[in-house]
Amino acid sequence: MSNEKSLKTKNTPTAPKKRFFNVEKRFGYTMHEIWRNKMSYALVAPFFIAFIIFQVIPLVVSTVLSLFYYNILEDPTWVGLDNFVYLFVDDTLFLKAFSNTMYYAVITGPTSYLMQYFFAWFINQTPKKLKPFYVFAFYTPAMTGGIVSTVVWGIMFASDSQGYLNAILLNMGLISEPVQWLITPSYIMPITIFVTLWSSLGTGFLSFVAGFAGVNRELYDAAEVDGVTSRFQKLIYVDIPQTMPQMLFAAILQITGAFSVGATMGGHPSPEDAGLTIMLHLGDYSGTRFEVGYASAIAVVLTIIIQGCGRLAFKAFGSKE
Amino acid sequence: MAQVDIDYLKRAKKRRDYSGGAISIILGLFGIFSLWPLLYMFMTAFKPLEELMLYPPKFFVMNPTLKNFQDMVTVTANTTVPFTRYLFNTVLITVVYLFVMILVATMACYPLSKHNFPGRNFLFSTITIAMMFVTAATSVPSYLIINGLGLPNTYFAYIIPGLANTTGVFLLKQFLDGVPNEIFEAGKIDGASEWQLYTKIAIPLLKNAQATIIILSFGGIWGESGVAGSYIYDEQLRTLGWFMGTIGGGLARTGATTAAGLIMSLPTIIMFVVQQTKVMDTMAHSGIK
Repeated sequence: MSNEKSLKTKNTPTAPKKRFFNVEKRFGYTMHEIWRNKMSYALVAPFFIAFIIFQVIPLVVSTVLSLFYYNILEDPTWVGLDNFVYLFVDDTLFLKAFSNTMYYAVITGPTSYLMQYFFAWFINQTPKKLKPFYVFAFYTPAMTGGIVSTVVWGIMFASDSQGYLNAILLNMGLISEPVQWLITPSYIMPITIFVTLWSSLGTGFLSFVAGFAGVNRELYDAAEVDGVTSRFQKLIYVDIPQTMPQMLFAAILQITGAFSVGATMGGHPSPEDAGLTIMLHLGDYSGTRFEVGYASAIAVVLTIIIQGCGRLAFKAFGSKE
Repeated sequence: MAQVDIDYLKRAKKRRDYSGGAISIILGLFGIFSLWPLLYMFMTAFKPLEELMLYPPKFFVMNPTLKNFQDMVTVTANTTVPFTRYLFNTVLITVVYLFVMILVATMACYPLSKHNFPGRNFLFSTITIAMMFVTAATSVPSYLIINGLGLPNTYFAYIIPGLANTTGVFLLKQFLDGVPNEIFEAGKIDGASEWQLYTKIAIPLLKNAQATIIILSFGGIWGESGVAGSYIYDEQLRTLGWFMGTIGGGLARTGATTAAGLIMSLPTIIMFVVQQTKVMDTMAHSGIK
């Protein structure tokens, strides 16, 4: 549309008058186009109405509230950037939550992403009949993760000698008394990361499996003619370039999941706040203290982090046009 | 010359077989690691109390019993709401939510993929950006909106706020992008109206993709407990997932908790196993170009 416009102004020397005329005509044309496509708008309307009400408006309201002191009971009072200043300068708990979340995201994000990619790639190398079994085995933890991790991993890491891991280690004589896995600050985040990695082969993983399966077989043959022999070389020259769109989709899900981590295996509140994350801290302020303005500031910071990383992912994997 | 080529191919084939074996071993080991917590839960759910208390703990169940499932149900004996009521609520909410969500998403994906209306690209890029929204982070404004709409303490509180499934619309749209436009052109030439193109051509083509969105969203809505906790005050309207969360920990309850865990996760697993081929078919189109 803008291309057309610039073309027209270039070709007509008497630009000012004509352009004004064109704009009017264009407005009428646009209105006509909108009316002509009324069915399209009618079809997308229910989705976008729900989307605006339950996702866009809350985000906009949060952004506005982050500049206010607001506790639901009283009217909001303007505080400017005070919430953000307090957040980064005075709120030592937030800094703890921030560093825990970063620690978690920096380790689980890339690790889980690579696991998804390479397990999907490995599965693609196996005979067709076996694929569904492998996909099932690896995807099941993501389907049942929340439930199983509280039930089974809770028993596994239980602090008494009844706990699986303690029983094994005691039996092997590696420890002399049960280790308090989930209440020792230095163990909480590593155990959480471990359990996350176990259950992290989710939607992105399925996307990769399908992406590899969809790579045109002829490309492999063509690569072989060009002297590519090993699986590894095919991965570099065929699979990676062909699965770029899936890599972007999975990266977006991964980034969002990694930074928005809520409860950790240490429970909440956790000893020495070793399991405190940005989302838990936000929940404390919005749900428990009703300091909504401050909680909104935390939400804004989190959104900026995720959108910023998302931009990087689009730059890295997106199509270059 | 031909001889050399055959030798070369043979060697290449041999090498491929070695790495193939290594890959199978890696996948097998990690596959078992991936599955064992679920198997452990399965075993534990059928263990009698003596075996749950056994030291050191054993993986396999020796005398399987259904007592844990009975315990899980009888936890409700001293409350006013029977177990079956929670089950009914969860089934109802799951069915209605999935149906309406799929309907809304399917309606939205068709014009986004096949119509060229003003604002289309803007709307679609908004969806892509919104896949990175953390809705839990803006829960207070959401809470005010949901209250303002009068949704609390009704079944609608479970269904309406989650209707805008951005990942769902995204996947459906990408899938439909893979369907050649010629099919719709041909329909137009045969005199089909826009509505017929949508209902007679687009919807049947989207069956697999719809099944996929159902699978991906099933676990979340089947295990729903957050809405039940914060928006529902009437015990009668709460969900199975919420109830399972109240059974609580402690060694005495381990059996009942694992039985509950099994009940909550089995339907999701069965759904996936039944629909796996459809899921893979759809996910092939999941990429962002």
